[in-house]
Amino acid sequence: MKITVEEDKCCAGGQCVLAAPEVFDQRDEDGIVVLLTDTPDSSKYEAVREAAQICPAACIHVADN
Amino acid sequence: MTPDAGREPARVVVVGASAAGLAVVEAARSQGYRGELTLIGDEPHLPYDRPPLSKQLLTGDWPPERLLLREQAHLDGLAVTMKLGQPASTVDADAREVVLADGDRVPYDALVVTTGVRARCLPGSDGISGVHVLRTLQDALALRAELVPGRRLVVLGAGVLGAEAAAVARGLGAEVTVLDPLAWPLARIVNREIGGWLAEVHREHGVDLRCSCAPVTGLHAAEGHVAAVELADGTVLPADTVLVAIGATPAVEWLAGSPVTIGGPEPASGSGGVLCDPRGQAAPGIYAAGDVAAWQDPATGEYRRYEHRLNATEQGRAVARALLDPGFTPPPSVPYFWSDQYDLKLQTFGTLDADDEFIVVDGSLGARRFIGVSHRDGLVRGALGVGMPRQLRAWRTAVAEHAPWKETTPA
Ligand SMILES: Cc1cc2nc3c(=O)[nH]c(=O)nc-3n(C[C@H](O)[C@H](O)[C@H](O)COP(=O)(O)OP(=O)(O)OC[C@H]3O[C@@H](n4cnc5c(N)ncnc54)[C@H](O)[C@@H]3O)c2cc1C
Ligand code: SF4
Repeated sequence: MKITVEEDKCCAGGQCVLAAPEVFDQRDEDGIVVLLTDTPDSSKYEAVREAAQICPAACIHVADN
Repeated sequence: MTPDAGREPARVVVVGASAAGLAVVEAARSQGYRGELTLIGDEPHLPYDRPPLSKQLLTGDWPPERLLLREQAHLDGLAVTMKLGQPASTVDADAREVVLADGDRVPYDALVVTTGVRARCLPGSDGISGVHVLRTLQDALALRAELVPGRRLVVLGAGVLGAEAAAVARGLGAEVTVLDPLAWPLARIVNREIGGWLAEVHREHGVDLRCSCAPVTGLHAAEGHVAAVELADGTVLPADTVLVAIGATPAVEWLAGSPVTIGGPEPASGSGGVLCDPRGQAAPGIYAAGDVAAWQDPATGEYRRYEHRLNATEQGRAVARALLDPGFTPPPSVPYFWSDQYDLKLQTFGTLDADDEFIVVDGSLGARRFIGVSHRDGLVRGALGVGMPRQLRAWRTAVAEHAPWKETTPA
């Protein structure tokens, strides 16, 4: 799995962090999403997919390899 | 064959191809649903996102393609039959069929209503050019074409939509007047203190913001184009463009004669939405999610409808689970909302009622970076932040749990 985010779409609500706290965080200054890893291990896949589906700005993309 | 009796429905039909409808089909597949999925939408486009319509699309920063919620390839992977470009016109609940405007009948075992809301128009404005609403991509492109330097824009309604559009229009050099009969902007979302603060921000940016103003009685037109807005107190405001941002009504006409119940006008009685139980079920085999849906709050018994982007996704996902698992009960949700105006980002968790106590716990209004928390009877009800998103999130649990009020950020 490879994750990419479109920072300029992020609306900074942090729903991704609630869904997958080991993969996503938010910048202190403006709350924009920070990817802690773009290739999480498989135990996180489900939570990452959930984050991508929940993200209200549709800015998290997941590619399976 | 009753899908509610515990068997997975063989055919799920979702009407309304936007945020909520997309969430239903996507989550159904994630939950392992292998049956037939059909997504029906009256707009010709693939599902796209609405919040940017009054932000990055209206400024011209983003082309329409950037609003696409999912790429075509991703949608193909979900194996959803898409029927776009024509509305559902009725439901034949006895036959379990949705009837489309062209007469096509689409059979279902479970039906999900995600038709959202439609912008309310100003009576008597039909056929006058230069009068806009803002709900669809077409609406936004038409409005954008008129927002040029010096243009006199009058916005009816200082809600989120009107306030965001006013901010964008000022940025594009238009002369902007905003009218609202209520006492402060965003009056349905923020309290008086924040409303007053926000009014200052708009005035500083050159918006002629007139709250508590007399109701609009009509429009003047010259050669078919809008020329002025007239108020009940006799004021006549010259206008080249008018944006009508006076709220929206649930798109439920097509459900007339179906077994669903439509809520009353008050917020606690569902404000005209499809009444649903706390799992999103409106009638046997029929569910609703998103802006159109008024789910019952198990704690208060009230039916509440939210026009918030995250709510559409959360409810869509919850319905997908409820469809497939009769034992599923969604976790209590925390309403989340954001709005961008000028360089400010407002966010709220929960609700800020006018009667609640509201205290700034971090930053300050003057610095335009702060967090305020509302509480009632000693319990936290809502939190609003400007420019402090990460810090605001720390309050979410306290809001969700109605935790006892204290002024320190919860750990
Ligand atoms: C300009 C704008 C800015 C916004 N900004 C924000 C924001 O900053 N933050 C926030 O939280 N929320 C915001 N929102 C609200 C958010 O966009 C909505 O909550 C969200 O779009 C709701 O999704 P939905 O799928 O329930 O309904 P909708 O997005 O309204 O989609 C319903 C779809 O169903 C279609 N439809 C209707 N009737 C029929 C029929 N009979 N047959 C077939 N199809 C039908 C409609 O055409 C539409 O495509 C904004 C909304 C707008 C319009
Ligand atoms: S959920 Fe999406 S919009 Fe929200 S912070 Fe995460 S990436 Fe940004």
